[in-house]
Amino acid sequence: MINQNWILALPEIVLAICAMAILVFGVLWKRSNPSFPCAMLALASLLLAGVLALSAPLGSAYGGLFAVDHFAVFMKLLIVAGAGLSLILSIDYNVQTGIDRFEFPVLILLCTVGMMIMASATNLMSLYIGLELQSLSIYVMASFNRDDLRSSEAGLKYFVLGALASGLLLYGASLAYGFNGSMDFAQLRAGLTSTNPPAGLVIGIVFIVAGLAFKISAVPFHMWTPDVYEGAPTPVTAFMSTAPKVAAIALLLRALEVPFGHLGQSWTQLVVLVSIASMLLGSLAAIGQTSIKRLMAYSSIGHMGYALIGLATNSQAGIQGVLVYMVTYVFMSAGVFACVIAMRRQGLALEKISDLSGLARTDPMLALAFAIFMFSMAGIPPFSGFFGKLYVFYAAVQAGYWTLAVIGVLTSVIGAYYYLRVIKVMYFDDAQPAFDARSPSLSFVAAVGALVTVLFFVFPAPIVNAAQIAASALFG
Amino acid sequence: MIAAIAFYVFAAVLIGSAALVVSSRNPVHSVLFLILAFFNAAGLFLLAGAEFLAMVLVIVYVGAVAVLFLFVVMMLDVNFDQMREGVQRYAPIGAAVGAVLFLELIVTVAGWQFVPNVTLHLASATPAGVTNTAALGHLIYTDYIFLFQAAGLILLVAMIGAIVLTHRERGASRRQNIGVQQARTMANTLEMMTVAIGAGSRQTGILRPLPPPARPLDDHDDHGHGGHDDGHGHDDHAHAGGH
Repeated sequence: MINQNWILALPEIVLAICAMAILVFGVLWKRSNPSFPCAMLALASLLLAGVLALSAPLGSAYGGLFAVDHFAVFMKLLIVAGAGLSLILSIDYNVQTGIDRFEFPVLILLCTVGMMIMASATNLMSLYIGLELQSLSIYVMASFNRDDLRSSEAGLKYFVLGALASGLLLYGASLAYGFNGSMDFAQLRAGLTSTNPPAGLVIGIVFIVAGLAFKISAVPFHMWTPDVYEGAPTPVTAFMSTAPKVAAIALLLRALEVPFGHLGQSWTQLVVLVSIASMLLGSLAAIGQTSIKRLMAYSSIGHMGYALIGLATNSQAGIQGVLVYMVTYVFMSAGVFACVIAMRRQGLALEKISDLSGLARTDPMLALAFAIFMFSMAGIPPFSGFFGKLYVFYAAVQAGYWTLAVIGVLTSVIGAYYYLRVIKVMYFDDAQPAFDARSPSLSFVAAVGALVTVLFFVFPAPIVNAAQIAASALFG
Repeated sequence: MIAAIAFYVFAAVLIGSAALVVSSRNPVHSVLFLILAFFNAAGLFLLAGAEFLAMVLVIVYVGAVAVLFLFVVMMLDVNFDQMREGVQRYAPIGAAVGAVLFLELIVTVAGWQFVPNVTLHLASATPAGVTNTAALGHLIYTDYIFLFQAAGLILLVAMIGAIVLTHRERGASRRQNIGVQQARTMANTLEMMTVAIGAGSRQTGILRPLPPPARPLDDHDDHGHGGHDDGHGHDDHAHAGGH
């Protein structure tokens, strides 16, 4: 009989074994460039991991290191979806850029293993191990185009700053451990009986939040975002803005709600502050950008600000809002980057907003998809982005956080300016020569993203209900 | 009494050598002080009853890591003076940040209080009836097997990363192919000829034919490739130095 522990962690274990098998396959395959078969195998493994995650039994394993609950399953499915979409985006881009090496899908798989561990972590140690596995893979992927100075710079910058953030996180975790003698979330909570925690523990929580805020690029830990987003190969940027964000948000939600949920007054202020700063910076700093990748970097900072509103309310409705928001965000973001990768003229990748001018006449379908994503990111109904914002704002108003909701609405109005400007450039400016024919993989991802974004308002119930069940797992 | 004296000696030498690692001008001296620091830390572990950790520290860190550092320091021509240039300029900011962190630490320690039942969670260094090494093995390979394996994955990623980012296939390099070497037979290597007595080497035809004239295009290509690579290596290096 197999130990229950291994059954609970089956998706992670299978995915890790698949990654190693693909690595060996890629090394031994001499007949041609193994990157395409490896990418296909990696997609299949992701699909398998998704199915396993969906069918895994619930419970806690390894003496409380690892838990599978509805929240973890929800996050894992979203992570697998984000990773799969980014992997599809990378296939043709890597060939065109000359970086089609079989290690890329392997790194994505190992990174996904790390993210799935993050979603299930119920101990400060497993939290850190998962986070490091994820981050280290992304550092390598960010500098994957090693002959490009900007890509190398992006990887190096992300690595140095990420190591600093990990240090902060570890410092905070050690303070929490020193206070309680346990790194287990449940025992941390059991130990914290008084509602007035000592200063040392609060400092520990602050450091943990700081370390995780770096990973979701929330202000004031956002400095790396525009440079790294701009420098990294575009599919890696797409990856960074989808799956790892989901995993880090999952970690933040669980690490704050489970052990420290009842000490809300000592950390909600912090989250409110980070949230407001992120929303403001995300909307104001994006206005002057000319590069679409930098624009998306600031946009993602702003989106994390909106998502954090839900966490700041410290309520089940708020967490549900965050989860719905992340679902809408992952699909919008993957779609936008599919459109950005399609911006290629005579083999050269373009990333200026002005390069899009008149796209509606040369490639109406691409322009339509781009416009859908931009409307959705601006939060205009009936697209999914509107509902994401609606849920978090509603939770904020219910919990009495009027300031947060008002600032959120104001910044989304400011943000609408630069999203709509992209649409204006596409539809009303003079046409430029057409882009190169886009590869089917890009069309596929853009279509998936656009379908989810457009049809969300028709069938919101499955996602909203799943988010509700997932959120209740944290408050159970 | 002797244990206390040993503790203070180990601790003092450890802190002193750690300070010298950072402050000494010669990087080779830094590495040597680092080795001294590792030895003293191992001594502290021994005093605390963790003999396995002490041995691992000496074997892994002194035996492998520090020696590797020495190799790197000696083989790479890193200009350490250039790297130190920014120190003067950024010292005030660094000191300010350090002071804030230190103050916070003081506040933390001053207001320290444990959870009432904290002793329930604490694991003792040497559990009764089990040797230290066995206890550690039980923790790593039974309780934390999942994390241990995940940490192994992290090392795998580091390895993949190092290879992906630095390894370059050089088509022009002459590799030893043992299979081909073994498969050589006398027939395709040696040619037996009967040479007339008194004939000069020019008449017998056993001189090797002259090599074909070098193709200028190929040659140029190869050269350009090498130059290209070099340029990049140099660029990266300069860039890292700038950071």
